[in-house]
Amino acid sequence: MPYVIAQPCVDVMDRSCIEECPVDCIYEGGRKLYINPYECIDCGACEPACPVEAISQDRAVPDGQEEFAADNLRFFADPLPGRAEPLGHPGGSAALGPVGLDTELIASYRLGR
Amino acid sequence: MNEPRVAVVGSGPSGLYTVAALLAPGQPLRVDVIDRLPTPYGLVRYGVAPDHATMKTVTRVLAKPFAQDKVRFVGNVEIGRDLTHDELAPCYDAVVYASGTERDRGLDIPGASLPGVVGAGDFVRWYNGHPDAAGTDFPLDAEQVVVVGAGNVALDVARVLARTADELRDTDVPARVLAALACSAVRDVHILIRRGPADVKFTPAELFQLSELADADVIVHDGGGGIDDPALAQDKRVRLNLKTLRALAGAPDRGRPRRIHLRFFSAPTEILGADRVEGVAVRRAGREPHDARFVLPAGLVVTAVGFRGAPPDGLPFSEAAGTVPNKGGRVVAGRAVVPGLYVAGWLKRGPSGIIGTNRPDGAETAAAVLADLAGRAVPARPDIVELLATRSRPTSDWAGWLRLEEYEGALGAADGRGRVKVHDLESMLRHCAVSV
Repeated sequence: MPYVIAQPCVDVMDRSCIEECPVDCIYEGGRKLYINPYECIDCGACEPACPVEAISQDRAVPDGQEEFAADNLRFFADPLPGRAEPLGHPGGSAALGPVGLDTELIASYRLGR
Repeated sequence: MNEPRVAVVGSGPSGLYTVAALLAPGQPLRVDVIDRLPTPYGLVRYGVAPDHATMKTVTRVLAKPFAQDKVRFVGNVEIGRDLTHDELAPCYDAVVYASGTERDRGLDIPGASLPGVVGAGDFVRWYNGHPDAAGTDFPLDAEQVVVVGAGNVALDVARVLARTADELRDTDVPARVLAALACSAVRDVHILIRRGPADVKFTPAELFQLSELADADVIVHDGGGGIDDPALAQDKRVRLNLKTLRALAGAPDRGRPRRIHLRFFSAPTEILGADRVEGVAVRRAGREPHDARFVLPAGLVVTAVGFRGAPPDGLPFSEAAGTVPNKGGRVVAGRAVVPGLYVAGWLKRGPSGIIGTNRPDGAETAAAVLADLAGRAVPARPDIVELLATRSRPTSDWAGWLRLEEYEGALGAADGRGRVKVHDLESMLRHCAVSV
């Protein structure tokens, strides 16, 4: 039951959560950060660190943002646009560096204002 | 040229995050991780509750430094018992103490020393199969249990007591602990919390877990003041906790066989009993009504009011703070920094925070070590493993731990469980293939 990052992170990417994560499992896309559900240890360190309150447990995602839970998984389980292989378990975001790509949901996401 | 040698005493999260940060820049360095047990991971193995199996997988990350030849694990060596600090120090150019705080803070009220009153540390070591608790048994024959404290440890203890044996079967608890839990008489677990719902230090995720217990209802006793409006809380942690508490308070009583009572504004004033604990006198410190007193019957009292550091051999120590005085990890005696001596983790900042807190904390200490070593010519040093080989105390290494870990896996597989801990030191050493 990992933590997930939802809508408030889109185009914000504050990155405070990355500093807090003890297993370095928060990866940087182009417009948003993603928590790797294969690597997350469910400790909750990232949740209070987020200044825009984008992080919650996957079973406690705020109403209307449920699609983001599955989308966090897709970032790692499915090949990202233009790639042949999925990211899978890279074993740490610091070593991998920013990915710079997003899932289809996020790449085409329009912020309603 | 000699490579600098660094000792890290303690292989829990604070020690191993320090090691990872020491290695990160790739400077030439040799690191020995020294632990009083033949097993690594400290409180991840022996503190984190058995039903938090996912959290224990942090060991995958913590183990990484041991893949490098320049990092050794030197287990079953306690500084102050097998080797003094003064014998250890000449073997290294820098020594980092990350050995934590293992003593329970006691309750300072009458009756606190009655049989049946136990520190949470001792109780946690028991259910987690720590070798120090190999000779201890908690029969769990009491129907009423009181847990004193408002932190995650209090929640862990209450949750483990409220779990069914089935829920804990697929965890690594030793067989004798599972057996004790399977015939537990516990029906009510009362958590006494001195202050109000907005003051608790629970990690929101841990509090939320109470709502997911299979066989226990959670009853919130708010002390008459209600539960503050989450929307008005500034701090996100507080807001999440208040939200969870409101949901718990609003949930119907489902008549489950066990109940956890969260009793706010409740302070124990006396432990009652003739030869052993029979109850706890509690003062209601709530807004309304003032100063009500009541007695909770209890056959077991677990105190989870914090831990205190024990002064490591040869190090300055502040009894008041329970820490080793330091500046950013550099140990300070009087006003002067002690060259070559460092602390990380609970010894450095006190017993608080979660696993992740140790990552930046260890990085700060490692940066201090590396800065102090930079450009320094280091002399040839005696080798600690060779030194210890001349003593009667056998040491264990990383390969030995891996053998024990494999055996624990096999033990679990034989019982249809994931992994089952070996909990007495002699067997642990035998499975590490250390001759005792």
